[in-house]
Amino acid sequence: MAVLIEMQSLTAAYENNVVLEDVNFTVNDGDYIGVIGPNGGGKTTLLKVILGLLKPVRGKLVFNTAILNRNATGYLPQIPTGDVNYPVNVLDTVLSGLMIHKSVFSRMTAGDRKKAEGVIDSLGLKAFARTPLNELSGGQLQRVFLGRAVIGNPKLLLLDEPANFVDSSFENDFYEHLKELNRRMAILMVSHNVGAISSHIKSFACVNRRLHYHPSHEITGNDLLAYNCPIQIVSHGNIPHTILKTH
Amino acid sequence: MEQSIFQYGFIIKGLLGALFASITAGIAGTYIVSKRMVFLSGGITHASFGGIGAGYFAGVNPVLGAAVFGILSALGVEYLSTRHKIREDSAIGILWAFGMAVGIIFIYMTPGYSPNLISYLFGSILTVTGADITALGVMSAVLILYFTLFYRTILYISFDEVYARTYSPHVDVFKYITTSLIALTIVFNIRMAGIVLVLSLLTIPPNIAMIFTRSYVRIAVWSVAAGFAGTATGYAISYYAGIPAGATIIFTLVLLWAIAKAVKRVMLSMK
Repeated sequence: MAVLIEMQSLTAAYENNVVLEDVNFTVNDGDYIGVIGPNGGGKTTLLKVILGLLKPVRGKLVFNTAILNRNATGYLPQIPTGDVNYPVNVLDTVLSGLMIHKSVFSRMTAGDRKKAEGVIDSLGLKAFARTPLNELSGGQLQRVFLGRAVIGNPKLLLLDEPANFVDSSFENDFYEHLKELNRRMAILMVSHNVGAISSHIKSFACVNRRLHYHPSHEITGNDLLAYNCPIQIVSHGNIPHTILKTH
Repeated sequence: MEQSIFQYGFIIKGLLGALFASITAGIAGTYIVSKRMVFLSGGITHASFGGIGAGYFAGVNPVLGAAVFGILSALGVEYLSTRHKIREDSAIGILWAFGMAVGIIFIYMTPGYSPNLISYLFGSILTVTGADITALGVMSAVLILYFTLFYRTILYISFDEVYARTYSPHVDVFKYITTSLIALTIVFNIRMAGIVLVLSLLTIPPNIAMIFTRSYVRIAVWSVAAGFAGTATGYAISYYAGIPAGATIIFTLVLLWAIAKAVKRVMLSMK
């Protein structure tokens, strides 16, 4: 299994406020990692460092450039970073995900449009391809931005709380979709909801200033305690409760 | 005979001026309205008055002074606000008044005949020179070329800058170039519409277009068309009634906007 990225004793900070400290972390091809931890623990910051939006103050982040270029990761932000009132429609927004492979001069081809329509279709938004963003619901918007993140077929997909706005009717489809995507790309998924994601992912990364990797999708309260990763464990519906021991 | 040739040339000048003003203001206006940069553009406009004053004082072309002040203030605000050194709207507010103050100080310090301030504040077709028209013509070509060549790049940076930064190392370069071109567009249009009114020349046409479409390219194309209709009509009224062009142009454009609103309402009720 090939290494995609490797963090070596990496420390990241905003001004003088250290958020991630001495992180050693490797993401391999085929990984599907749930990133969990308390609010303000550095989950989103971890993604920002990988995306190059925040430069580490110490340590290194190495990309295996034979497989993955830094600019070619897929990213779904927690809150839409763009202005939803901007005059762009669903098709234009999804197409922008192809910019990871294009130069500043590039135009969108008929093939690109066809590809985007396929992605839009697979997300259940076929009727909305020409709809301006400000006419969509929160859940639909989230799917559009997922489409933007995956259309370029990135080797690494970073998702920040993707289930937040997903309508419950789409939730199962959503995780099925990610499973499908995981066959061709590694996924790093930030979530505050350990119970909801544990049956979908392959392993955990617990982030609370420091990062502890947990090489299994089963995690107990004692594990979290050991990782100094205090989070509320909420389990939902049919998810097997046995994976979460009470302490 | 001489009279008619003079009048003919005058009409050509007016029409060309109206055409280039509409092209530049339509393209730049679509960008600033979509990106909600209208207030920043107001700041650039008024800051450039400082350059007009400085130009008079130094005895160089005032438009040149305005261009330098306009670009520097635009880049300054972009730079300071991306680095979070100061709140963007406060920075613009300060710049806005400071530019006007500097302009007035320079003009009053300049010995001799003081320039026709009214024509700079409200625009005048009489003082528009062939060089002004040429500058606007060149600017039209530059904007068309720039926005056509880099359409997707510019569109996606202005729609979602954070996301663009994840795939492109060129975000800042494009932001600075685009903002500079916006500043130049504003400065070259000051001769036509005047400092007080030039901002409306940029913002009203896209708002007319957005009544009918939400597609970026269509907004730009229709802005140019609406701008030309408003500017040409405004010029004609200005010429025959002897009222400053800026005022008649803006009045016509707002009238067009109201008509467009009414038409849209009728269209909706007929559906």
